[in-house]
Amino acid sequence: MTTQKNSFSVALFSVIFGLIIGAVIMLVFGYNPILGYVALLGSAFGSMQDIGSVLTQMTPLILTALGFTVAQTAGFFNIGLSGQALAGWVGSIWYALTFPSMPVYFMIPSAIILGTGLGALAGAIPGWLRAQFGASEVIVTIMMNYILLFLGNNILQNTMSKGIKVSAETTKQVGANASLQMKWLTELTQGSSISSGIFISLIMIVVVWFVMTRTTLGFEIRAVGLNSDAAKYAGMSAKRNAVIAMAISGGLAGLAGTIEGLGNYLNFFTQNGSPSIGFDGMAVALLGSSSYLGILAAAAIFSVLKIGGLGMPMSSGVPFELVDIVTASIIFFVGASYLIKLIQVRIKAMDDKAATNAAAKKELKASQLEDKNQKGGE
Amino acid sequence: MTESTPVIEMRHIVKKFGDFAANDDINLQVQQGEIHALLGENGAGKSTLMNILTGLLQPTSGEILINGKTVTVDSPSKSDALGIGMVHQHFMLIDAFTVTENIMLGSEITKGLSLDTKTAAKKIQELSEKYGLQVDPYAKISDISVGQQQRVEILKTLYRGADILIFDEPTAVLTPQEIGELITILHNLAKEGKSIVLITHKLDEIRAAADTVTVIRAGKSIETFPVAGVSSQELADMMVGREVSFKTVKSDVKTGETVLNLNNIEVHDARGVAAVKDFSLDVKSGEIVGIAGIDGNGQTELIQGITGLTKVQAGSIVLQGKDITNKKPRQITESGVGHIPEDRLRFGMEVDMTLSENLSLQTYYKAPLSKNGILKKDEMDNLAQKLVTEFDVRAAGIQVTAGSMSGGNQQKAVIARELNRENELIIASQPTRGLDVGAIEYIHQRLIDQRDAGKAVLVVSFELDEILNLSDRIAVINAGKIVGIVDAKDTNKQELGLLMTGMSLSDAKSALKQEVDA
Repeated sequence: MTTQKNSFSVALFSVIFGLIIGAVIMLVFGYNPILGYVALLGSAFGSMQDIGSVLTQMTPLILTALGFTVAQTAGFFNIGLSGQALAGWVGSIWYALTFPSMPVYFMIPSAIILGTGLGALAGAIPGWLRAQFGASEVIVTIMMNYILLFLGNNILQNTMSKGIKVSAETTKQVGANASLQMKWLTELTQGSSISSGIFISLIMIVVVWFVMTRTTLGFEIRAVGLNSDAAKYAGMSAKRNAVIAMAISGGLAGLAGTIEGLGNYLNFFTQNGSPSIGFDGMAVALLGSSSYLGILAAAAIFSVLKIGGLGMPMSSGVPFELVDIVTASIIFFVGASYLIKLIQVRIKAMDDKAATNAAAKKELKASQLEDKNQKGGE
Repeated sequence: MTESTPVIEMRHIVKKFGDFAANDDINLQVQQGEIHALLGENGAGKSTLMNILTGLLQPTSGEILINGKTVTVDSPSKSDALGIGMVHQHFMLIDAFTVTENIMLGSEITKGLSLDTKTAAKKIQELSEKYGLQVDPYAKISDISVGQQQRVEILKTLYRGADILIFDEPTAVLTPQEIGELITILHNLAKEGKSIVLITHKLDEIRAAADTVTVIRAGKSIETFPVAGVSSQELADMMVGREVSFKTVKSDVKTGETVLNLNNIEVHDARGVAAVKDFSLDVKSGEIVGIAGIDGNGQTELIQGITGLTKVQAGSIVLQGKDITNKKPRQITESGVGHIPEDRLRFGMEVDMTLSENLSLQTYYKAPLSKNGILKKDEMDNLAQKLVTEFDVRAAGIQVTAGSMSGGNQQKAVIARELNRENELIIASQPTRGLDVGAIEYIHQRLIDQRDAGKAVLVVSFELDEILNLSDRIAVINAGKIVGIVDAKDTNKQELGLLMTGMSLSDAKSALKQEVDA
């Protein structure tokens, strides 16, 4: 319980320090930080459309952060969330465009299952390689990000039929039978690209929390991640759980990619690099200190910064890159949580010292007073 | 006699964790060149007190004086600088590093930019020869036995030239011979003017090694007195606060069917070398078979082979007529094997999970603890509550992490979990390592109860007292082979000691006879 409290205060300190560093840099470059941050908040919460954009941004980050956390619980560092998301994105769009007349109640569930499954497969491969051969999942997932990036682009450019593309680099948009966007949501948020994906993400927080803390599977994944020797002793299969945990992790990333495709962009287009939702998801998980509510809060903070940052140059002249500095500083401070804990300890020590000093002074005064009184008496 | 300034003086030390006072006004004075034993039950507050002295913990109140000067020990490096070295009960070693690298850690000798491992290794070699702590300076920690790891811990403090050495249960893992050697080392160190604090609850050792003893009970220092002329019984009673019985009372053995049948099994160690060879042994229901031997003679591999944690290369293992050779650990546990592992922190528990979760570790997947893959937290907590009460596991609730509990209570939790299942065979490896007499008495009684209930019990221990006290039959292991199987009634420490070195039973008998004749 105390550790949770600690990580919460680390996260809070990190956000505050990140914002302060951003302010200092704005000052150094001659911008007014107050105006800058007001503009940031204005752009993030100024209209229903802005709020819709923030929620759209949050949707995949929640899922990739959950994915990162599940892998981390099993003792894996899944850097391949980007590639796994891409697998879901390409797969679901391709599938949706190939069957344009499939009824919606059949299309959407099957597309989501397909996208999630492809992500799960992309996650299970490095999991299996480590369980079976001891191959470092860090290196394998980094390399698989490239494989999946170029595989996706290649499928788009060379494999997909011309009929489902508008150009060599971009597919057509998916039809209403596959779109996750909802009319009332779009209207409520004045045309933002928000979709029902946000509800899927919120539900998945509960689902993943339940699986990890309330099921025998989650119990095994935790046990294997914390101490695989004791897990084996208790008859759990470390290999099986490693593969399952990585498949769940990749599946969540694949779901994030599917929602990006069917909910946000509605198409697929040539990617210049691995989608940032994978890496941002890792940062969200770290800031949220891998607690489920923490992930929700951290995803919100990241999305507000990102969407708010987009509007900053227009209304206050502060360049967008500064927001990236704030985000990077926050991650930096989370990483340097040791430093923050040290500062907390020092502050507490100072408080304690001040308290003892105050008490000592009081005592001294009291004794002096007594002395005086006695002298007065003489 | 004029009292010289004590090397260590701890005055009115109080350490609170929340509402719980682990140390409650403890006073301790250690003179130079003295071996001062700190005697107390598990959880009495000895380790807490020493962690305060070594800077790992800060006292809530109280004062520490080193050589008469008030000091604040607010970090381990501060305590290092004050010349205080500690040999911990739970080793603080890095598995992937070599012995030398571990010892150098924090006080590296450098040659330009690179580490000068050679000079360090040479110094370590000298120290280990001087004090008889044989260990290969270039071996990796993960490859050496628990006993050898402890020697590395001892060498680490010697290497840094500490003047005050604190030993936390140093003999828990040593053989009788090694214990004798260690006591000689302690005396030598004291003769050279080093001051030694010996944390232990082994009464014989206190009487053999220490000059003075301070008894700590429930966080309070009870009394300090010279060891000379005090009996073990008096020490034990004072430590526990009531009268203690040493010898566990056992009824006569009533053996039944053979439960475990080992036929010429061979098990390899991590390096692929045969650690257990051609090993055959039967354990019947209603008997306790003890395996005596020096640490590192194949005991670990033997138990891991039986329980399915390591592959058995040859031979067969039969449990109640069913072949369980190379079955999965869970299949073996399910066929009726309770296993109290040698290393409770590595195998026996998930130290970062709660006590409640740890007590469910072997049965979480079955009713009533779960249904259709969904855990029933209430049932897990009910089970935990029941076991904690029944086995007298003391912890600040069942939701604390297992790692925060004292060693004795961790072991009680493991034993509670293993004995609570319906088992035909109980395997207990080092069941009382690092525990105090009160806990040992309790655990021994539990194991004997199992035997009396008609279970087969296999006990591995490096402690001859434990083996002799518990076993009906004793199998002595040396270099992975059985040297001899003797009836506990017809043997003694000397004979077992000789067998443990690899001497054959007939040679041992004649050697002892010659001694008697001479």
